[in-house]
Amino acid sequence: MSETIRRDPRREWIARNRLHPEHASVLLEMGNAALSEWPGPNGVVRKNPRAVGFIGPNGIKRIDRSGLQQGGQAAATTAAPQDSRRTVTIEDPAFLVAVVPDMTGGRLSGHDKDLLGLARQMADADGEHPGAVVAIVFGEHKAAALGDAGIDRVVHLDDEVYTGFAPEARLAALSAVEREMAPRFWLVPDSQLGGGEQGRRLAVRLGERPATQVWHVEADEHSATGWRCTARGAAGTSDITRHLPRVVLALAECAEPVSETRHAAQPVELNQPLPDVLGRIEDMGEVPVDPASVSLAEAEFILSAGNGVKDWEGYHHAAQVLGAAKGASRVAVDDGFMARDRQVGASGTWVSARVYVAVGISGAIQHLQGIQTCEKVVAINLDERCDMVKRADLAVIGDAGDILAALVARVERYREQQQENRDAA
Amino acid sequence: MPHNVNTLNDAELSVAVLVSVGRHPLTGRARRADHDARAVEMALSLGDASVQLMHAGDGGEACGDAMRGYLGMGISRVKRINQDPDADVVPALANILRFAAPQLVLTGTRAETGEGSGLVPYLLAETLGWTVVSGLAEIESIEQGVATVLQALPRGKRRRLKVRLPAIATVDSSAPAARQSAFGPARRGELADCACASVTDELQTQWRVQPARKRPKRLKIVKSASARDRFKAAAAKADSGGGQLLNDVTPEQGAEAIFTLLKEEGVLR
Repeated sequence: MSETIRRDPRREWIARNRLHPEHASVLLEMGNAALSEWPGPNGVVRKNPRAVGFIGPNGIKRIDRSGLQQGGQAAATTAAPQDSRRTVTIEDPAFLVAVVPDMTGGRLSGHDKDLLGLARQMADADGEHPGAVVAIVFGEHKAAALGDAGIDRVVHLDDEVYTGFAPEARLAALSAVEREMAPRFWLVPDSQLGGGEQGRRLAVRLGERPATQVWHVEADEHSATGWRCTARGAAGTSDITRHLPRVVLALAECAEPVSETRHAAQPVELNQPLPDVLGRIEDMGEVPVDPASVSLAEAEFILSAGNGVKDWEGYHHAAQVLGAAKGASRVAVDDGFMARDRQVGASGTWVSARVYVAVGISGAIQHLQGIQTCEKVVAINLDERCDMVKRADLAVIGDAGDILAALVARVERYREQQQENRDAA
Repeated sequence: MPHNVNTLNDAELSVAVLVSVGRHPLTGRARRADHDARAVEMALSLGDASVQLMHAGDGGEACGDAMRGYLGMGISRVKRINQDPDADVVPALANILRFAAPQLVLTGTRAETGEGSGLVPYLLAETLGWTVVSGLAEIESIEQGVATVLQALPRGKRRRLKVRLPAIATVDSSAPAARQSAFGPARRGELADCACASVTDELQTQWRVQPARKRPKRLKIVKSASARDRFKAAAAKADSGGGQLLNDVTPEQGAEAIFTLLKEEGVLR
């Protein structure tokens, strides 16, 4: 109970009212630091102006007159944010909602979390008879907190046959889940990462007509399932409103992810062994692709050049050695050093790279817009006060040509080491 | 014509391409559908394969215009199965494919008109008992009833798959772009109409279809007990990342720091 903040309005009022007889003592109680004013020995109020207010985030002194900051330096500091989420365990669910998350790289993606939020919404609609959310997870996963995303039960199928691209084996497993658990709804992300394909296969196998590209779900008492959905149709140019079917392929941001509750994520085993499937699709593994042939918008690693680059030969060599796609700022394109289709920014391509290295780009706002969704930005620049350096996760101040040359040398040394290790092995 | 595929089959490879009526995103006029046109292009790049185009739908004027678009790619004939406007095309297509028995069926990922759910290839594969693969970028070879294909993944990655034929494959925008449609061949080509019983899609008549609304932008929700914290979060300027700044370092030290970051992110191969 001590965690709960209890406010005493009267005390706060006294703290604001300097003429109140109890003012000084209340201030002492509330603020545990230095007192900013007190009655002097001759009845004159003495003030310590240095004790008023607190130091704001930008290093400037702020005075807060809302009553929270009185007398002390940092009276309003609260304790570290504690976990206020409710823990929910559903022992005896009325029905099940099955979710097949993509789990790219073994983690729940944002799309998966949105979908789990939708599943939670559907499971908790009837407060007295809540349903449970079952997640079917294939392969190893690194997500420690499955329960935090709103999962009550986990069917974890960690077998060799499910690794890589194995839609047929996964489909057989999902059919087995359908036979044993008979979930009321199946939710699958309609994504490029395999979810869209898996969901369509599942729906066809179950003989259900799914709703695809669903982006909004709401309750509807006239519907047989109790829900109504809005889905994109005709390549995203129309909206189809229809009753929610049993199998739903939903787009990202179809619902808010779960944030207020934590769930049990109990592991569940399937009773019957899964049948062996004779696969007609064989996965031969991923193929290395030339980064220059990948379109800039979907490139993973971009080395982008701007006005600060003087040694263009060195830049092109660096891009080749690093295996990065080449990008450019508007200036570099206008000056004729790079092709127009390489331009990054508002009037060029909006990129979504995981790593974006900006060489000699000061960061005009149009350029920064274009790299909004990049995860890691590295800036190499001479000016340490430019906007790109502020945006960057790592900024190196120095001459672009020298740093690129050093980087190329370092990467070549690393490659040689790898080669030696491989030869030795 | 690019001959990047070596077919060592004794029998000639027969490929069927399912094509649909596209819709220009700006003008709304009927055109060849982009993904389907790419599928036709992929079929034509197979060299000595015999390619036949099939379309099921209402034989309206828009349909004719769109089919001429495919004919202009150098196709002599499109087989057009006439159906009622509200018909489900899957039974008709399954019928005709069972009869034609091609080894490979190519089609776009999803239609540009109607429901556009992208389910047709999966339904056909389930009905006919064939294999289905999605998102083809390239067909590398077809040998002894096994096709080696490259599947497109997000971020320009490719995955190599071996698929037992007969198979249905879908093609999306990562496949090579379709060639231009030429006017002369488009006029000369033949639209071969054939009739097939229509099965009305009952469910679709209950739906309400309207032009796509703009999706609401997701708001950043700050969950905090006090209004003061919520206001602070809402009014705060996006902070400047708090990234690492390396000043006064030698190029080698800077390069080392960048190298470490690149290795951590796993972008160096």
